[in-house]
Amino acid sequence: MLIDELKLQKALREVLAELGYQIEDPPGSSDHAPRRPRDITSAEARAEILIPNPFDREALERMKQKTNARIGVWRAGARLGTQTMLTLRADHAAARDAVFTDVDPAFLERLGLFTVQTRCADKNDYLTRPDHGRLLNDEAAETLRRRCVMNPDIQIFASDGLSSSAIAANLADVLPLLLDGLKAKGVIVGTPFFVKFGRVGAMDHISEILGSKVTCVLLGERPGLATAESMSAYIAYNARVGMPESRRTVVSNIHRAGIPAVEAGAYIADLLVTILNAKTSGVELRREEK
Amino acid sequence: MDRTKILSVGIDVGTTTTQVVFARLTLENTSGYFAVPHVSIVEKEIIYKSGIYFTPLLNAVLLDGEGIRKIVATEYGRAHFAPSDVGTGAVIVTGEAARKENAAVLLKSLSGFAGEFVVSTAGPDLESVLAGKGSGAQRASEDRGITVINLDIGGGTTNAVFFDSGETAAKGCLDIGGRQIRVDDAGAITYISESAKKVAAAEGIPLAAGGPASVPEIQRLCARMARLFEEWLGLSPPTPLLEAVRTNESTPLLLPRKARAVCFSGGVADCILNSYDNPFCYGDIGPLLGKAIRESRLTKEFETIRASETIRATVVGAGSFSTSVSGSTISADAQLLPLKNVPVLKLQPEEQARCYWGDEAFLYEKTRWFLEQSGNEVFLLAMRGEPNPAYETLLRLAECISGALPKALPASSPLLLALESDTAKALGQLIGRILPNRPVVCIDSVRVEQGDYIDLGRPLMGGVVIPVVVKTIALG
Repeated sequence: MLIDELKLQKALREVLAELGYQIEDPPGSSDHAPRRPRDITSAEARAEILIPNPFDREALERMKQKTNARIGVWRAGARLGTQTMLTLRADHAAARDAVFTDVDPAFLERLGLFTVQTRCADKNDYLTRPDHGRLLNDEAAETLRRRCVMNPDIQIFASDGLSSSAIAANLADVLPLLLDGLKAKGVIVGTPFFVKFGRVGAMDHISEILGSKVTCVLLGERPGLATAESMSAYIAYNARVGMPESRRTVVSNIHRAGIPAVEAGAYIADLLVTILNAKTSGVELRREEK
Repeated sequence: MDRTKILSVGIDVGTTTTQVVFARLTLENTSGYFAVPHVSIVEKEIIYKSGIYFTPLLNAVLLDGEGIRKIVATEYGRAHFAPSDVGTGAVIVTGEAARKENAAVLLKSLSGFAGEFVVSTAGPDLESVLAGKGSGAQRASEDRGITVINLDIGGGTTNAVFFDSGETAAKGCLDIGGRQIRVDDAGAITYISESAKKVAAAEGIPLAAGGPASVPEIQRLCARMARLFEEWLGLSPPTPLLEAVRTNESTPLLLPRKARAVCFSGGVADCILNSYDNPFCYGDIGPLLGKAIRESRLTKEFETIRASETIRATVVGAGSFSTSVSGSTISADAQLLPLKNVPVLKLQPEEQARCYWGDEAFLYEKTRWFLEQSGNEVFLLAMRGEPNPAYETLLRLAECISGALPKALPASSPLLLALESDTAKALGQLIGRILPNRPVVCIDSVRVEQGDYIDLGRPLMGGVVIPVVVKTIALG
């Protein structure tokens, strides 16, 4: 006869209860409720302390609230425990997805952005040939000349970079604040668009094509195991192909656990005007501030 | 500009003593080159401590304003600072001194003298918090991630504050202190406070002004006072006497759980550590109260944390901990600042949710009611704010505020807003676009509660942040 484990447990509990012992139901063991698989990437699962008998549980909980590093995990021999291992793999999978998926065209359409492409033929080319990702193809250059306001004070565009997830998570909240905010300040803002397979350096080529004074790209950052949704803004005054990297001003860490997207938008709007007025960016701008 | 310093003054007019300190606060942008600025106060250095003066009194109900002003003026001179050098700070009147009839008038005139942005403030709860920060208890709680109670035992009152990992979780005040009974050189009692009379009566100890000060009787009285502390800190069940000696206008100390450690500050803290040949060497019961505390369960059932400041804890707290800075991405019309004594209207979470949904009629009604009740024409609207709102959500809030507040406020009043979540710059920009002619100050990373008052200083670090002082009671 096959003994049903749950039934056995139930019978045992009844006997113990009759003897006056209080036994708590194990979680998820009500008679018919199927066990729902737990999302090991959820905030609750991450907050869990896996050390069996911590010396000071409360202190550890507070430490965990202050960092998203994987502290308070336990081990099996010299290895990570199963849950920690699975969470790591899930985060790694999210990071890979962020790199290998494309930004949804419908999403870009909703934001009123058209798409142009760099010289990368496909994702593989993009990942293996960074130089291709820094230049637009001829068709793209032609499209920009045809569809964009030329010689604007400020040109803003978005690009997938290494995380399409970052664009999907943040762009819709940054872009309107930025565009409307700048219009309210009375500067001439260029026509926004999206660059597929773009690296940071593509902004230099675009600046040359459109003749923009200040160029700003909102770009998905290389995903890590902490977040796959981090976006940055790279900004340069009079960007030119081959210019030193020190001429770029960067606003990084735009994501849920970093600076909120709307606040970043408001900050970048002010920063762009500062750069336009200072006629310089990057390290030089910081030097001028001092 | 990545670093700036401001001079802060703390002036404490207490039951027994009056003190002045000057502190140098260093503000620094601690974020890296690739990030949005993050300015915080990175260093608080006490650069001048005054002597400890007896608080001048005219009589039992009046402070000697002229005498106190002289002390302050003398100390500014000795420290080589002029009021115009002072960027921020706080003047506080504490303990029994706060109950004197002219306390409010004195505060107002002192804060005017002490510097443009020096705030006047009083109230037992705030005093408790400042003392706990000045004594180092808050720091110990934060550094070690533990619960700590600071007991600041002064002449007239004892202020308690409970810190959990550095966060203030409870506060309270009792009318127990080292100068509740005063004794002259001949060993006769010259003064017994109302609360000391209550304690004596409850213990059946016959004490009378003019009578002799018997050491055993006063020891019994002090032992009872120490037991009141034990009750207060949850070591034994509270007796009715505990409520009877609670300071007026203070909140009852409601401890969320038992503390791990206790830290003693205030003048009596020194009496806990030291032994005295003559128990009435200070002309009061401080040494005997200190001894009673040393022998009580307070020192046995809690770990004791050594205070970095004892008798000066409150004034150091006022000098270095009353000022904080706003978040570093804010939106502020600089010509509006500084603003002093602005009353706070705090939205509760469900009220906040209605505003994010654009319930303009609700916010208008709430605002109109608050202004009518408080009789103010300027106020600060505060809420926790959503941590990461979508653009549309934030826009709805901006429209709601822009619609409701101008209807409720006089045309000349600015819009003042404070959020806890880091979204103030975005909200301020959106409101500024809807109401281009209305001055707006919108700050974040500031926590205030309903009933607080806030002072907003001139922007610092090239307009990145503004200094903020939150007060529980505003005078004048």
